[in-house]
Amino acid sequence: MNAPGASPPDPRSIWTKKKMMIELNGVGKSFTLHNQGGTEIPVLAGAELSVAPGECVALTGASGAGKSTLMRMIYGNYRTQAGSIRVGGVDVTAAAPREILRLRREGLGYISQFLRVVPRVPTVAVVAEPLLQLGRPRDQALDVARGLLHRLNIPERLWDLSPTTFSGGEQQRVNIARGFAHAYPALLLDEPTASLDAVNRAVVLEMIAEAKARGAAILGIFHDVAARDAVCDRAVDVGAFTPGAVQ
Amino acid sequence: MTPLLQVTGLSKHYGARIGCAGVAFDLYPGEVLGIVGESGSGKSTLLNCLAGHLTPDRGQVLFDTRADGLRDTVTMSEPERRMLARTDWAFVHQNPRDGLRMGVSAGGNVGERLMAVGGRHYGRIRDTATDWLGRVEIAADRIDDRPSAFSGGMQQRLQIARNLVTGPRLVFMDEPTGGLDVSVQARLLDLLRGLVREMGLSAILVTHDLAVVRLLADRLMVMKSGHVVEAGLTDQVLDDPQHPYTQLLVSSVLQM
Ligand SMILES: Nc1ncnc2c1ncn2[C@@H]1O[C@H](COP(=O)(O)OP(=O)(O)OP(=O)(O)O)[C@@H](O)[C@H]1O
Ligand SMILES: [Mg+2]
Repeated sequence: MNAPGASPPDPRSIWTKKKMMIELNGVGKSFTLHNQGGTEIPVLAGAELSVAPGECVALTGASGAGKSTLMRMIYGNYRTQAGSIRVGGVDVTAAAPREILRLRREGLGYISQFLRVVPRVPTVAVVAEPLLQLGRPRDQALDVARGLLHRLNIPERLWDLSPTTFSGGEQQRVNIARGFAHAYPALLLDEPTASLDAVNRAVVLEMIAEAKARGAAILGIFHDVAARDAVCDRAVDVGAFTPGAVQ
Repeated sequence: MTPLLQVTGLSKHYGARIGCAGVAFDLYPGEVLGIVGESGSGKSTLLNCLAGHLTPDRGQVLFDTRADGLRDTVTMSEPERRMLARTDWAFVHQNPRDGLRMGVSAGGNVGERLMAVGGRHYGRIRDTATDWLGRVEIAADRIDDRPSAFSGGMQQRLQIARNLVTGPRLVFMDEPTGGLDVSVQARLLDLLRGLVREMGLSAILVTHDLAVVRLLADRLMVMKSGHVVEAGLTDQVLDDPQHPYTQLLVSSVLQM
């Protein structure tokens, strides 16, 4: 793996070897705060990145460098001002909402740092939700969900409760279970091990390694260097895409 | 896939005042479209123009009918429109009193919609009504009670059952969770989400509650003074709003 701060590898040299699952070209982003005097916050310029099937790439860079922003742009959660972002053939910067929703259902998973759920929905149903959206039979989906909750050491007595009152680490594990319920070909992970103890962190790293082995293309943000080294094949420093930075 | 609804150049004025102006969008089968904006921004005017309760001054509302394909619901005859309202469309009002017959039993409220589309067999109608009360989590032994004996949340669930029993393809909802306790709202939202998914419904949902659209709507339109100022994927519009008004709307909410 490249040391953080090393320049990103030339995507074209990799392109000749394998077909990319995630590919960014000339991507730029700035925020305009209209109600704060129209302040312009340039965050990213000329971002290049690609992730092949079976590969795990780490996004590195200082706090505020734009790692989460870039990840949200790939998920279609933030808009992109310049460049293209292709995920499995869909350009998320230009796709219609229903195409993005379909991509998210079938092809692109995202595990953010925050769990967002409908209040009162039991944990096991929250985890099964991605499979239900794909039209899987309910009992099958719930079986998968229970298996994941068990693996991530969520006590069985909590499965039928809403996760809204769970601890930070428990909520994060529920989020991870949900993100792994469906075998997405592409997966985005924003600090998936941040508030986990050693045992659960090991479980998550194992799950990431398994996803790689089945051919998933994974892009991850890991503040924990040991975790990053354990699963990532290389790193891309987002600092290289800071507008005005010397590249 | 062809859109279920294609709206172009839709405008409605109240004298010199703008109700809504130049609204255009496509709605695909299975999609839920949220419409947000402060009160008076034209949300309900737009919804009522779409549902045939108001006649727009200008514009087309093409609906993909089962029998004849795309038809403009603005120019079709009143009986045709009423037929659509009974079969393919449903309208969930903010106040259940506007969508229910308060003097008729719960079972009657549901059965009435079935009879309006030709249901005649009493036993079958009652069975279907009982089944639907169950789906909206109303106990079977309440079937002969009148809605006036129900709580607000139960009334709203009954209104939903009455609307969905005929298997509509497009549901209009005007603040369906307004006026309910937060915990009752959550249960209703979860119920609506499940029904929309199971039945593959398309829906247009008007609300001023951004948390509600985040959970229910695939896409979002933001309205201000009768105009759509921003539209797109719901989470994109809420998390990375581009228009000054949307930024103001989103930043005014304490937590979503
Ligand atoms: N929705 C938004 N509106 C305005 N500015 C935003 C928004 N989201 C992010 N930013 C800004 O973009 C910049 C990059 O933030 P981002 O969260 O991507 O950093 P990060 O690299 O993930 O940092 P950390 O390591 O602390 O998580 C910051 O200046 C942030 O304030
Ligand atoms: Mg971050």
